[in-house]
Amino acid sequence: MNVITDSHAEGTDEHEDHGLSDVGYIKIALLLAVLTAIEVLTYFVDFGVLEVPSLLILMVVKFQIVISYFMHLKFDNKIFSYLFITGLVLAVVVFAAMATSLVFWTDPAGCDAGRFC
Amino acid sequence: MDNATEVKTSQLAYGPTEWDDYDVPPLTTGLSNEKMTMWAFLGSDCLLFASLISTYLLLRNRVGPDTEGSTAADLFDIPFTSVSSFVLLMSSLTMVLAVTSIGRGELERCKMWLLTTAILGTVFIAGQVYEFTGFYREGLGFTTNISSSAFFTLTGFHGVHVSLGIIMLVTLWSLISRGNIGAERAETVEIIGLYWHFVDIVWIVIFAVVYLIP
Amino acid sequence: MAITEEPPLILEIESGETKPSTGAFARPTNAKGWRAWVFTVDHKKIGIMYGAVAMFWFFWGGIEALLIRSQLLTPDGTVLTAEQYNQIFTMHGTTMVFLVVMPLAAAFANYIVPLQIGARDVAFPRMNALGLWIFVFGGIFLNLSWFLGGGPDGGWFAYAPNTSVTFSPGAGMDFYALGLQIAGIASLVGAINLIVTIINMRAPGMTLLRMPVFTWMILVVQFLLLFALPVITVALVLLSMDRTFDANFFNVGMGADPLLWQHLFWIFGHPEVYILILPSFGIVSETLPVFSRKPLFGYSVIVISGAAIGFMGWGVWAHHMFVSGLGPVSVAAFSATTMFIAVPTGVKILNWIATMWGGKITFTVPMMFSISLVSMFTIGGLSGVMHSVAPADTQQTDTYFIVAHFHYVLFGGALMGLFAGMYYWWPKAFGYKLNDTLGKWHFWIVLVGFNLTFGPMHILGLQGMARRHSRYGPEDGFDFWNLMVSIGAFVILIGMIVFAINIVKTWLGYKAGTIEQSPADPWDGRTLEWAIPSPTPEHNFDYVPVVTDVDDFWHKKYQKDENGKLRKVADGNAIAQLGDQHPHLPSPSYWPIVLASGLPLIALGLIYTLWLTGIGLLVLVAAIYGWSLEPHTDPDAGHGHGDDHDEPDGDQSENLIDLPKDESTEEAPVG
Repeated sequence: MNVITDSHAEGTDEHEDHGLSDVGYIKIALLLAVLTAIEVLTYFVDFGVLEVPSLLILMVVKFQIVISYFMHLKFDNKIFSYLFITGLVLAVVVFAAMATSLVFWTDPAGCDAGRFC
Repeated sequence: MDNATEVKTSQLAYGPTEWDDYDVPPLTTGLSNEKMTMWAFLGSDCLLFASLISTYLLLRNRVGPDTEGSTAADLFDIPFTSVSSFVLLMSSLTMVLAVTSIGRGELERCKMWLLTTAILGTVFIAGQVYEFTGFYREGLGFTTNISSSAFFTLTGFHGVHVSLGIIMLVTLWSLISRGNIGAERAETVEIIGLYWHFVDIVWIVIFAVVYLIP
Repeated sequence: MAITEEPPLILEIESGETKPSTGAFARPTNAKGWRAWVFTVDHKKIGIMYGAVAMFWFFWGGIEALLIRSQLLTPDGTVLTAEQYNQIFTMHGTTMVFLVVMPLAAAFANYIVPLQIGARDVAFPRMNALGLWIFVFGGIFLNLSWFLGGGPDGGWFAYAPNTSVTFSPGAGMDFYALGLQIAGIASLVGAINLIVTIINMRAPGMTLLRMPVFTWMILVVQFLLLFALPVITVALVLLSMDRTFDANFFNVGMGADPLLWQHLFWIFGHPEVYILILPSFGIVSETLPVFSRKPLFGYSVIVISGAAIGFMGWGVWAHHMFVSGLGPVSVAAFSATTMFIAVPTGVKILNWIATMWGGKITFTVPMMFSISLVSMFTIGGLSGVMHSVAPADTQQTDTYFIVAHFHYVLFGGALMGLFAGMYYWWPKAFGYKLNDTLGKWHFWIVLVGFNLTFGPMHILGLQGMARRHSRYGPEDGFDFWNLMVSIGAFVILIGMIVFAINIVKTWLGYKAGTIEQSPADPWDGRTLEWAIPSPTPEHNFDYVPVVTDVDDFWHKKYQKDENGKLRKVADGNAIAQLGDQHPHLPSPSYWPIVLASGLPLIALGLIYTLWLTGIGLLVLVAAIYGWSLEPHTDPDAGHGHGDDHDEPDGDQSENLIDLPKDESTEEAPVG
């Protein structure tokens, strides 16, 4: 436990080297605000078939920006990224498979509108 | 060390080393245990929210046998939720500023940003409570139909996460105020910041997938 | 969940002194008596307690199994009513999975992993204690249901809506849902702690591919736990919401989809299968090389296939649901993935056989249990591959064929491996070996009883005997094999009694001095835990070991001479550390057990009265703050005097003199 202070010191060094300045973070936040505004715009303006894909892309971009800058994954050790991304990828893949099985691969014979297929 | 001991230790498979002055040898990766713990926990929490979000998506249109009732999505007030989403998003910025201030040793500024973050989080929670009571007044309670159960459970879980975050922020603020935590513990602020940002990115997903995608 | 979200605030300034302003709570210092155990943060004591509690539940789960077999001994059994039978088989499965095999694996993980990686403790000693106590309280809570209106009765996988209030009106399923959530928190805390420990606390030089295979398998298991537990937590939360707060997740009358529970449960449930078996795979990967006197065949292949099993285990869950109306495409897809996952498992089996091939095998008790894992698990694995063929599975599912299959992998696989581990590491943990003769009796009786119990179940299943039925009629023609199965179950009981006698007898003998103290390296072991005295001193390692190879300790004992032949250069007992240093250790703490005690109160409150939940929450919050504000450690406390093993200090020094005279000429048996 006593080593914490040591590694902490290393951590801040890295941090000064690679992290953003306060102004940089504020710029990131402004970018996020703009992206959110575009997202909300889809509610007022009809984007047609592009609506769902654009919302998903915006969501992924915002997600990516927050984890890489605000959460420092871009500057930090890769081990942290691996820990988190493993969980994230597993979550997406497994539940995509579950949804596919439940929604698209059900038995057509037993399928009606109320059963979401 | 007397001579006899030296003879003995020289026979050992694993004798004295340069690391024995430490209570604990240097950490293998040089990274902090606490921070790694938080990242592992967040990886685990991804699965928690993925389960809840999938459950909601699967059940969101189910209103009961008569297919007459309203779903939670029918009652969404997108402009209102957009504002509270924006508030939560900005709380991530104030959290980052708290982390950078304590990194520079500016305790007062860090405390100010921590408190701001906690207040923004509280505003978000207040918005959620307002939204829930609004739904309830419209006749959509937790037990009304499947869609409402799924909606309240998903957003409720997120709300509990935010509330825990607020408690941690306030605790941190008071610990810094009492002088229990100084600039040398900047990492504690950073770790709680990670948790806070995670709560924010979960909401980014919920806001897009649950609220905006029709 | 709040526990893990609150990172421990260690209130220490750079000088290493505790700030007086925070010192509201002193830390306990008792080195003897019950307090030394209840408040301990020592990973070894925690591991032993995990094992002891798990063995208690093993006894209880065994009683449940014998009740089941007594009921089915004859046609139209009258030992249990149908309701009691439902409760007993549900709790037999739940107990054996969550309260026996998982914590036994946790016992080994806690005790052995820090030793194998050359660490003095885990990364977060207090969190380690917290995991133990949450598990203890979770098990007690789960079994409280027996006294409060009857146990859970929906089967161990609790298919909703069969477990909704309509079909299971008693409180049993509430205890199941909340009890498993509590146990889940325990496992999550333990998993995160061990992951960080293995990634970050390894001895200098121990790269990932120099780690012992047991540690590797434990690492894979902790990742599986880390990612699988949230899924079952959500499933259980949804069930609790339905049962306690009238939500509608599984209310089919409102249009719910019964497949949702099945998917969520098995997305957790299939990784859980590997959570149960991989620790045992790790144990035999340690014992087989030691007792074959050969290095593990294909170390990196075993490690990689273990990790591959961990990953692929996420893609096969729906094979538990082939008959639930998944649709043909789903069934075909999951059928194919299930066939694939047999590949890395088969690779491991072949590697173990190749390890033994041409080796100089000594048939010690741990070796016999290890070999029985390899063979019995293969039988269970083969019937598992049969299930991946969906048409065959449709015939076999919910019959005794399935019961036979998973007992062959869980009992014949996981438990046999865990017994191998007990006999193998007993001298390291307690300072003396278990009796060899009694151990062999234990092994053979259990092996015969096991095959007598679960072998005939294959036949019964193919004859069409359905699982979970409390009776069969005389007209069904199941009499003979059921009689054999029940006899087999009682044979297993005899074997376990022999094991209990063995434990008590050797312990008394050790106390009386008739059983000799085990040397540091009784088996001529390969890994770091054998380089320290037996029993392990409180601080584990006098000096931090520096590692340069896989099986590093072995390479300290055996080296190639100029002709490239392996020769013994040193005796393990002579070069082991002495345990005579006294490094600084973390102090015990009151808070883990206090914090853990809040959780069953909260859960009881959710079932009966919310007042209790409030009290539980108060305890929880108070304990978290007490935990955070606890002074770091008292430098004078916990200096290794808490060792309960009554080991005379100078014991090991005698071994020093026993250097083998022919050390340089003796040839290592097998390269």
